[in-house]
Amino acid sequence: MDRHELEAIAGKEDSNRKPRRLLCCTGSGCQSARSLEVKAALERGVASRGMHESVDVVGVGCLAFCGRGPLVEASPDGVIYEQVTPEGADAIVGELAGEAEASFPRSREDHPFYKGQFRIVRERGGRIDPERVEEAISFGGYLALEHALHGMTPSEVVHEITKSGLRGRGGAGYPTGLKWGTVAKMPATPKYVICNGDEGDPGAFMDRSVMEDDPHRVLEGMTIAGYAVGASQGFIYVRAEYPLAVARLRKAIQQATRLGLLGGGILGSHLDFKIDVRIGAGAFVCGEETALIQSVEGKRGNPIPRPPYPAESGLWGKPTLINNVETFANVAPILHRGASWFAGIGSQYSKGTKVFSLTGKVANSGLIEVPMGTSLRYIVEEMGGGSPNGRVKAVQTGGPSGGCIPADKLDVPVDYDSLTRLGSIMGSGGMIVMDDETNMVEVARFFMEFCMSESCGKCVPCRAGTVQMHGLLDRIARKRGTRADLDRLTQLCHMTRETSLCGLGQTAPNPVLSTLRYFMGEYEALLQTPEAIVPHVAATEALDARGVPGQGE
Amino acid sequence: MATATATKPDKGDPRLKMLDAAIRKSQSRQDALIEVLHKAQDLFGYLDVSVLRHVARSLKLPPSRVYGVATFYHLFMLKPQGQHACVICMGTACYVKGADRLLEEAETVAGCKAGQTTRDGKVSLLTARCIGACGIAPAVVYDQATAGKQLAQDVTARIQEWLENGSA
Repeated sequence: MDRHELEAIAGKEDSNRKPRRLLCCTGSGCQSARSLEVKAALERGVASRGMHESVDVVGVGCLAFCGRGPLVEASPDGVIYEQVTPEGADAIVGELAGEAEASFPRSREDHPFYKGQFRIVRERGGRIDPERVEEAISFGGYLALEHALHGMTPSEVVHEITKSGLRGRGGAGYPTGLKWGTVAKMPATPKYVICNGDEGDPGAFMDRSVMEDDPHRVLEGMTIAGYAVGASQGFIYVRAEYPLAVARLRKAIQQATRLGLLGGGILGSHLDFKIDVRIGAGAFVCGEETALIQSVEGKRGNPIPRPPYPAESGLWGKPTLINNVETFANVAPILHRGASWFAGIGSQYSKGTKVFSLTGKVANSGLIEVPMGTSLRYIVEEMGGGSPNGRVKAVQTGGPSGGCIPADKLDVPVDYDSLTRLGSIMGSGGMIVMDDETNMVEVARFFMEFCMSESCGKCVPCRAGTVQMHGLLDRIARKRGTRADLDRLTQLCHMTRETSLCGLGQTAPNPVLSTLRYFMGEYEALLQTPEAIVPHVAATEALDARGVPGQGE
Repeated sequence: MATATATKPDKGDPRLKMLDAAIRKSQSRQDALIEVLHKAQDLFGYLDVSVLRHVARSLKLPPSRVYGVATFYHLFMLKPQGQHACVICMGTACYVKGADRLLEEAETVAGCKAGQTTRDGKVSLLTARCIGACGIAPAVVYDQATAGKQLAQDVTARIQEWLENGSA
């Protein structure tokens, strides 16, 4: 396989492509709303009108607007049909044939949910059949890899990634180029590349869609990384809750290996690189890199202290590059179009785009990809259409490690540093809109319950701290808390944050701290009133008077 | 879960042979433990202690290590599961859209708590951390088929049907 053969595959695909394509979403969300039946109905409609010469029905990855699925897009017209039923699918084909218009199609350009999107990571998502490598190739797949292998040295690749300003999309935002450079410099061999597809944050499904919609994009990024750092084995760790992503990745690996895009002597170069899929088994802590490495080794996902960082001593004690799915998905476009193109998108210290899953109490829910620095207000009110009852109260970002941003701070530009200043984090990209029906103390308790049961139990601050914080939150939510409980809660938050071993414990207090910061009134309203406390104190004193020790708090 | 019959294996059980084949395919590598346990659970419906012992012997791992891994990860079941499984997603998006009320209803109808199986062994009621179907929240997985935008009556209807009609 070389460049000419890649181009030949692309050319053949292009010439066989029918002028019109009906793209039917086969993402997990639409599949659960019978999109496979819709696809079959579209195929029948095309066949019955004898249009198979001019129209192709293609099952594609997520068309993003999950809340209004099943979705069908007429390409190249850029017209989106929402909530298509198997019965209504025929009318769409009829419209293409010049019959009566199907109901309420909207073009991408004037669709509030689509028009603000800027697609780099999801460039091909929803446009190609994810189960055919030839489609990926005809839309530019593996060209960046070819360019890197034949036109750049490994250190030039690292330099290009550094220059692009790409930062880790898993949440912490560590500069990707710096990480690659560190692993590349390590003398020990073998080295490993790991893709973190353990998208554990509840309310986030961006990585799932990237893996399901365009698996070759991830494989290409990992292979380029393998070349840059000098690794010949990659692992992609996917949570078991994503069976479709696992199946598609496995198929993609098989197809890429068959074409010589993975394996020995990739694209006629000296690079040998293999990728294996590893499946999780349901443990949030495995999103933490050292815990994930333990899990790849087939062990309990207990994190280990850093340093040494995985870049120095990771999988089986060897230098390991570990990046998130979306980070790897950004690599090919950067090499293909150049670091300066990428660095021109986004804000000063956060370059490129970010994919978010916009969900919760919002009119338009689904996946969005926007340039870094886009205001939260634009995302929630314009693209998301606000909340159905018109009273957005807060937006939660960053999952159990993040915080709640109140409605009066919605003008914040969404980038790593601005969100951190507000006491939240970018996180992996979950964005959950809450309205005035949501009780913030209950939200804090919800996240603490999550962290409490997901704590691996290795270090005391996290294991015991989350239990105690949950107990206090529960007492306050049940209107049995006092001012002293609130003080103790705050104190415990800081203690757990400062002393926990890994990111899970260090960030577990964030949802509490951010709700305390912006919604203190809701906590205070639930506290016991002085009158309510008096009988309690009196009872304790009465017990003391009888010689029974007070229970204290 | 609904496909496998949850019974203890005995010697000569064909499922043990299939498990052994999967272990051989992974070249008996100790780091394949999680994959092997997934396979075992697919075959037997849950991980019985005898199966865990068998896996430990085959991979030459101490039983404590195998048991430790099986109990660490939420998806591994150490008890037999019901014929049907109702998994209610408790992710944040589902939570703000009322997943806690769905769970309450489901617990009432099934007469058991989340994580338990009804007495007649027909339905297991489970919760998930997040199944990534946030765009169609609240989501429930009935026997591995995801359903979106669920209402309390949808959940109760399905569970009642399972309880009344017996096996699939």
